Amino acid sequence: MSPNMERLDWKWPASPSRRRWLQRTAFGLLWVTGLISIGILVLIVAFVWVRGGGQINWAFLVTPPEGGLSGEGGISTTIVTTLILIVVTVAIASPLGIGAGIYMAEYATESSRRGIIPILVNAARAGVEMLAGVPSIVFGLFGYALFVTALKLGFSILSGALAAACLVLPVIIRTTEEALHAIPQSYREASLALGATKWQTTWNVVVPAALPGIITGIILSVGRIISETAVFYVTLGGSHNMPRSLMDPGRTMALHLFYLATDTRAFDKAMATGVILVVSIILINLSINIISRRLRAKVRG
Amino acid sequence: MRLRYVVDRAGKYLLLLPAVFSIVVVFMIGLFTLLEALPAFRQIGLGPLLLGSVWRPTMESYGLLAMIAGSVLVTLGALVLGVPLALGCAILLAEVAPAWFRAVVRPAIELLAGIPSVVYGLFGMVVLVPLVREVFPVPGNTGFGLLSASIVLAVMILPTITNIAEDSIRAVPREYKEGSLALGATHWQTIVRVILPTASSGIIAGIMLGIGRAIGETMAMIMVIGNSIIFPQPLNDNPLTIFLSQARTLTGNIAVEIAYATGVHESALFATGVVLFVMIILINRLAYLLIRGRLLTLYGGGQ
Repeated sequence: MSPNMERLDWKWPASPSRRRWLQRTAFGLLWVTGLISIGILVLIVAFVWVRGGGQINWAFLVTPPEGGLSGEGGISTTIVTTLILIVVTVAIASPLGIGAGIYMAEYATESSRRGIIPILVNAARAGVEMLAGVPSIVFGLFGYALFVTALKLGFSILSGALAAACLVLPVIIRTTEEALHAIPQSYREASLALGATKWQTTWNVVVPAALPGIITGIILSVGRIISETAVFYVTLGGSHNMPRSLMDPGRTMALHLFYLATDTRAFDKAMATGVILVVSIILINLSINIISRRLRAKVRG
Repeated sequence: MRLRYVVDRAGKYLLLLPAVFSIVVVFMIGLFTLLEALPAFRQIGLGPLLLGSVWRPTMESYGLLAMIAGSVLVTLGALVLGVPLALGCAILLAEVAPAWFRAVVRPAIELLAGIPSVVYGLFGMVVLVPLVREVFPVPGNTGFGLLSASIVLAVMILPTITNIAEDSIRAVPREYKEGSLALGATHWQTIVRVILPTASSGIIAGIMLGIGRAIGETMAMIMVIGNSIIFPQPLNDNPLTIFLSQARTLTGNIAVEIAYATGVHESALFATGVVLFVMIILINRLAYLLIRGRLLTLYGGGQ
């Protein structure tokens, strides 16, 4: 036994009854910590649910917020802004992310390759990995400086969507690449052996098989856009009016919650908005679960 | 040449396009942030920027130390409160609790990891801040401050760490556990001496992800930490009252000031972003070294 191992050693009680007692105490403590954590989390959601849930009705969803310091009104314009932002962001980020993911998984791995491509691909992987750990406010900062100021797009939905596209691009590239890697090599070999070209194999065999995984990545991005606040705080402008074009400023539901809580202290309305946010996240989780169950069934069948 | 071969050839380059574009975007973000931060590093200097504790843009004074202290203290607080709970929860779910318990709790915890941070911040403002003000009647305690912020962050990183730690405990090969039990060890001995050491690298990775999330959190922190630009210090003789002090995080500094910042001030905020980025890279590096060191002590430095 190395000296290091001895240092790690701890004298366990010799008698079996003492050891059983120790185990019972330890497991008891584990149950306590587990129940405390679950209790806290349930408490928070239940609190928001109870205080906010009562105010949610059809009128709350379809009335625009009054704005100013009143904190009155509903959230209709923020729902519309959130939806527009999701559509524009996904439309920008998913073709890029999925294309890049397919290239990196299917083409960049050709072993005979030499020269600049493998270096670029490794750099891209490292960059994607690194971006995944960057705090979202840094994306906001970048988006503010490039899209809002330098490109003169101003505080607008377009600026927000471009910044958010940078935020979700690594997510989409990564999930696409992982989904393609999970497809057995035999699928590709069988298709190529039948005389299909690599392009035909990729689009008719590999991508359809990996589709649930790719869609999961996009749904994850949608969840990210719904809950993201920092990026939009510095790029979207925060207007509570109904946006009429992509160049108008706006506020998402999460941003609306933030303004309600900090600027006007309209806590009850903020809680109600919070409930809508939580429900959206629950729906997103459910759809991901359904898709991954499909995927598993497909792989097994 | 038949059409499909032409398509095959063209398709490869068609896909290269988004790949190259994505790489450009990724590197542009880093480059752009660095370039914008450069004037601040040049005009203010690295020393005064990192070690100056006074941040007063109107007086051309840009010291980040108070905000660095704020970010570090609030993250430490969140770890002290959150990690024991998360690990206990992970061991419980992976080893001790019955299957039905896990079937109910695991999806719930996964869901909680995705809830927008502003919702947790709102809970902090409405419930925690008044509570902290009532429970600790120290002069100068407003309720807004490091303690409330640490609790909010602890709750936010709890699901993240629990999920990853549980996965890595479950990934420990069955034979390890069976071998230990067959030698007469109790289940608890097996957990402490065999399962946790084997899963340690995954557990540390989970904690690191939690730290990254904690340092990067912006809006929930703005909501509960008070945002005063002061160096956090104890409110009375008891050093622990430092956690009742208000503070500001690096992320909050960027978000609160960027909309009206110009010139050196704006550049200094980009420098704040660079400092954040470097802190996170250092933490990840440290984690890597820690994991390697830990594995070497456990399995001997043989190789």
